[in-house]
Parts: sequence; C-alpha cells; structure tokens
Amino acid sequence: MLNMFTQRKTLALLFAATFTAGQAQADGKLSIYHWFEYIPQELLDKFSAEHDVEVTMDTYDSNESMLASLKAGKMGSYDVAVPGDYMVDIMAKEGLLDTIAEGELANKGNIEAQWLNVPFDDGRQHSIPYQWGSTSFSVNRDVYKGDISSTDILFNPPEELAGKINMLDSQGEVLAMAALHLGIPQCSTDKDQLKALDSLLSSSKENWASFGSDMAKDVLVSGDAAAGMIYNGFSAKGRAEGANIEYAYPKQGYIVWMDNVVLLKDAPNRENAIKFMDFMLEPENIAAVTNYAQYAAGVKGAGEFTDPALATSPESNPPADVSGVFIAVCDQATQEVYDKIWTRLRK
Amino acid sequence: MAAIGSGKTVSSTYAPVRGWLLLPTWLTIGIFMLMPLGVMLVYSFLTKEFRGGVLWEFSFAAYDQFIFDRGLFGDEAPSIEWTYITIFFRSLVHALIATFFCLLIGFPTAYYIATRPTGSRYLWVYLITIPYWVNLLIRTVSMKFLIRDNGPINQALLNMGVIDAPIHLINTNVAVQLGLFYSYLPFMVLPIYAAVERYNISLSEAGADLYAGRWTILRTILLPVVKPGIIAGCILVFVPSLGAFLAPDLLGGAKTFMIGSLIEEQFKGTASNWPFGAAASMILLSIILAVLMLYARSQARGQV
Repeated sequence: MLNMFTQRKTLALLFAATFTAGQAQADGKLSIYHWFEYIPQELLDKFSAEHDVEVTMDTYDSNESMLASLKAGKMGSYDVAVPGDYMVDIMAKEGLLDTIAEGELANKGNIEAQWLNVPFDDGRQHSIPYQWGSTSFSVNRDVYKGDISSTDILFNPPEELAGKINMLDSQGEVLAMAALHLGIPQCSTDKDQLKALDSLLSSSKENWASFGSDMAKDVLVSGDAAAGMIYNGFSAKGRAEGANIEYAYPKQGYIVWMDNVVLLKDAPNRENAIKFMDFMLEPENIAAVTNYAQYAAGVKGAGEFTDPALATSPESNPPADVSGVFIAVCDQATQEVYDKIWTRLRK
Repeated sequence: MAAIGSGKTVSSTYAPVRGWLLLPTWLTIGIFMLMPLGVMLVYSFLTKEFRGGVLWEFSFAAYDQFIFDRGLFGDEAPSIEWTYITIFFRSLVHALIATFFCLLIGFPTAYYIATRPTGSRYLWVYLITIPYWVNLLIRTVSMKFLIRDNGPINQALLNMGVIDAPIHLINTNVAVQLGLFYSYLPFMVLPIYAAVERYNISLSEAGADLYAGRWTILRTILLPVVKPGIIAGCILVFVPSLGAFLAPDLLGGAKTFMIGSLIEEQFKGTASNWPFGAAASMILLSIILAVLMLYARSQARGQV
C-alpha cells in the first residue's frame, strides 16, 4: 500500500516537473486567430521549433464573425489574424491594426510586386499576403453543355439549370457578382442602379435552389445543385472528387480575393508576430499552405515548392482576356441599402 | 394543498440549510440568463455602430426598423414592414406544424410505452433516447444525404420501379418539417409518457364497463388526465422549433431566413446590427412568454 502510494507520488512529481519544464522551454508565445482548416499543423510545429515559441490558435468561419469577436472584447488576446482583402481595409479603418515599421520585416522583399501596393493596404503597412484566389461559379457539364462564360448562368439561367443553382451565403460576394452582371460599379450610390440591383436579385431568386458557402462544393459533387457560385480551390477539389464540373471565368468579370496575415493592435507578443510574418514570407513555408489549401501564394519563388499539378489546373489559370475585381468596401449609407436588399432577398 | 396540513410531507432534516439549497440555481440563472438578457434589453434600445457594436445613445431605431418600412433608401413615407413579420410568421407556422405532427406520432408512441409491463417499459424509454447519443448537426446532415435526389431512398425506389423520377424533397419546406419533426419528437414522447404512466388504467376500464366507446374514453377520461403532459410536450417542441436554424439551413437550403438565422445575421453577418438583433430577440422572447402565460392562465382556470 505504502509502496503504491509512493510510486504514485513520484509519478505525479515527475508529471509536474515535465509540465513546468515544458512551460519554461518555450521562449515566448504566439496567439493566432485564423480561419478553420487553413494552415497545416506541421507548419505551426515547424515555426514553434525554429523559434522556440509556443503557438496557440483559435479559429473563425467568416470575416464578419472574426470582426464581431474582436470588437466584442477579444482585442489584446491575439497577435495576428488572417482577414480577407476588404476586411483588412475595414479593420484598418476601425483602428484594429498595428503598423509594421519600414525595415521591420526582413522578408518583405519576397512579396510579389503585384501584391505590394494593393487597394486594401497600400504599401503593405499592416499586412502580408497569405493566399489568393478567385470566386466565380462552376457548372455541371453533364447537365448543361452550352456556353458558360457569362454571369447569365446565375442571373438568367438556361432551362437546364434553372432551379438547380446554389449561391454563396455571403452578401458581399453575391452582390458583387450581381453588380458585375449589371455592369454597374460596386457600392454604387446611384439610386436607379441600386433599385436595379434589388430587382435583379429578387427576380433571380426563383432560379436558385439554396444558399450555402461551406457546402458549395458538396452540393455540386452530390448533384443537389447543377451550378453554383464557388471559390476556385473549392471547385478544383470538387473536380478531383470526380464531379464533372467546370469553373467559369465570365466575360463580365469575376471576383478576386486575397487573405492576409495582419498585425493586430495591442498584440501581446508583437515580436513573435513579426517573426511569424517573416516565416510565412519564406517561399517554402507559404507553399506548404498553397499545397494544403489549393489556392495561390503571393510570394516570389513559392512556385518552386508547390504541387506541379496546380500550375496547370484550369481553376488557377484565368484566361488573359477576362479580369477579376476585389470586393469593394461600401460607405455606411450604401451598406445599409445593401443590407436591406439582402434581407428582402431572404424574406 | 391539504397535504401541508399533515406536517409530514415537509421534512425537517435539512431545515437549517433549506434556504441555501436553491442558491446555485439562482446564481446560475442570475449570471448566465438574467444578466445577458438584461444586456440584450439595453442593447435593443441603443444606436447601432457601423460594422458591429453599439453607441450609447438611446434610440427606438431597432424596433422602428422591425415595424416600419421606409423604402430602400429610408426616404419614403413609413408603411408597415412585412419583411420581418413574414419571417416571424413563417417560423411560427413551421413550429406549429412540427408540434402538431410530433403530437400525432408522439402520443400513441408514449401511450404504447407507458402501457408495457414495467420491465420492457424502461427498455422502450431507453430506445427513445438513442438519437440523442449523436449530435444534432450530424443527424441533420445524414438526413440530407438520405433524402437528396441522388440519395439512397430515391435510388432504391427508382430501382424497384416504384417511381419514375426522384421525389424532390431537398430544399423544400417538407424537408424542413421533416427535420424539425424528427429532431424534437422525443421531447414530445417523454413528458406524455410520464403522464400516461401515472394514469390509473382502471379508470378506462370503469369507463368501458359503463358502455363508453374507445373514442369517448380517450376524449373524456384519458386526455383530460394526461393534459399537463401533452402541454409540456407541445411547449418543449414548439419553443426550440421556433428558433431552429439547423434544419432550415441544411434541409431547406437557407433560401429564406428563419427567426434564428435573421438574428444570427445581425451579429455574425455583414449586417452587423447589434441593436436590431437584440430587438428581434426581445420580440421573439415576448411571443414565447405570451404563449407560456396563456398556458399558465388556462391551467389556473382548469384548477378552479
């Protein structure tokens, strides 16, 4: 009895010792706020080992829920987050981002020139590129064999596709796509144009079967939908799963997006956050994310380390004659009209 | 009530600490329910901050937005806003239909279980709880796999030649109903079971001896006795159905907002209108309170 007790006690002490040692080992900490399933665990382990930093990560499922959570009192608990393009702009305007001083990032020169002066963060004062891709729509080619190079597929669909379309459950992307279809500027303040947008959406609704973002691939693979708005990497995965779907580049234009690592204001471990950003600007590291997520990096030399199949994938190679646009950030008055249009659509 | 007079039903064993017994419950309710509710009530009367948050200025704007339509640009003469009323009404109808079908299937089931011999009765109750071993999200997604056009049910019926074209259920109101009904059926069965179990079956036998038909016995003897169980079951199904968004989103295709998704959009979506989300929650809460108070009043009247 006594012997067993002593054994247990020794074991407990041993555990305690390991635990404290583990704590003391890590030189510092890094707290990441990230999308779900968007970074391979091995990459975090690699950073942790290289810099002797204990990494913790919380995840979110939309830009808006991330912003809501930060504004509801989470500022000061994270060092970095990974907002999409327009959200970088919003967060900067809300004063949630810290400025990276000139020369602070050793690897800033690795950023590809086209991603250096971006409309949402000119000169990259708060952010670095993470992954970029496009949003458009895919069509099941078993169901419809005709031309798909027009946004008519979504807003004025052929008979074969009517009533079998899934839209993303995301106000920004659906309204931007509708604006492209009408050929009007995003966040237009012109009342007639806004009315046209409203009536386009309400008249198209009968052709749509569902709204959903995280299931956008699943509905195309399973056949619940014959066409649907989708992100390029998601569509590539659906094709790899055996669905005969083609990702379209409509002549009216498509949406381009970029997710970015930002330095949050009041970061508890600012120094490690900078180290992490430098780490993500190493071509080999960011390429690991690209291979995992099937999008594209914005870092010079990353191509060397990425899966060769990605380089030729139709989802990653838009034709030269069509162009993509970033989602614009509307002012308050226009945003309120957008909200109204969106709620009316779902009435 | 007369029982208290005998002085035996109230035990004096814990008399010195009796006042403290409910303390944990009061603390839990106070901190985790009443305080957040208070915050929501206050927020619903504040001014919205662009992109989430509130400004500490008193305002009726949230309730105004719910009731009055001032056009797309807010510059027209106010008329009644039907958007939110429609969304609330739709949720209400869905919840009522789900409650009706749960009652229709749940009552006979509960009666059957309660009239089994004691031994097998507990096995039946145990079986009823099995769906709760699996997360609701998983069950709803599985149901989606089952009923989709290319799903196993349609494929089997097609192969057997029962139907020529798949039965289109996914993304319809019928699918939403199916999801709600299935999710909350045990909530109907268990309280009714508890009521029927306490029912003295010799009352039915006495009725039969006096030449009452089966229908008469059910209507005039059984139903009045087990009514509290039925009402409890209806409330337990109706209230969560009213705020449900899993079934509408996954099975109904989220084409139309339900109350739950409308409120979620105000906090997590692009709209980011916290006061309006709070106001919509308060209105929903008032509706539920009104239903419960009607129930309490009818109960009180029944006692007289």
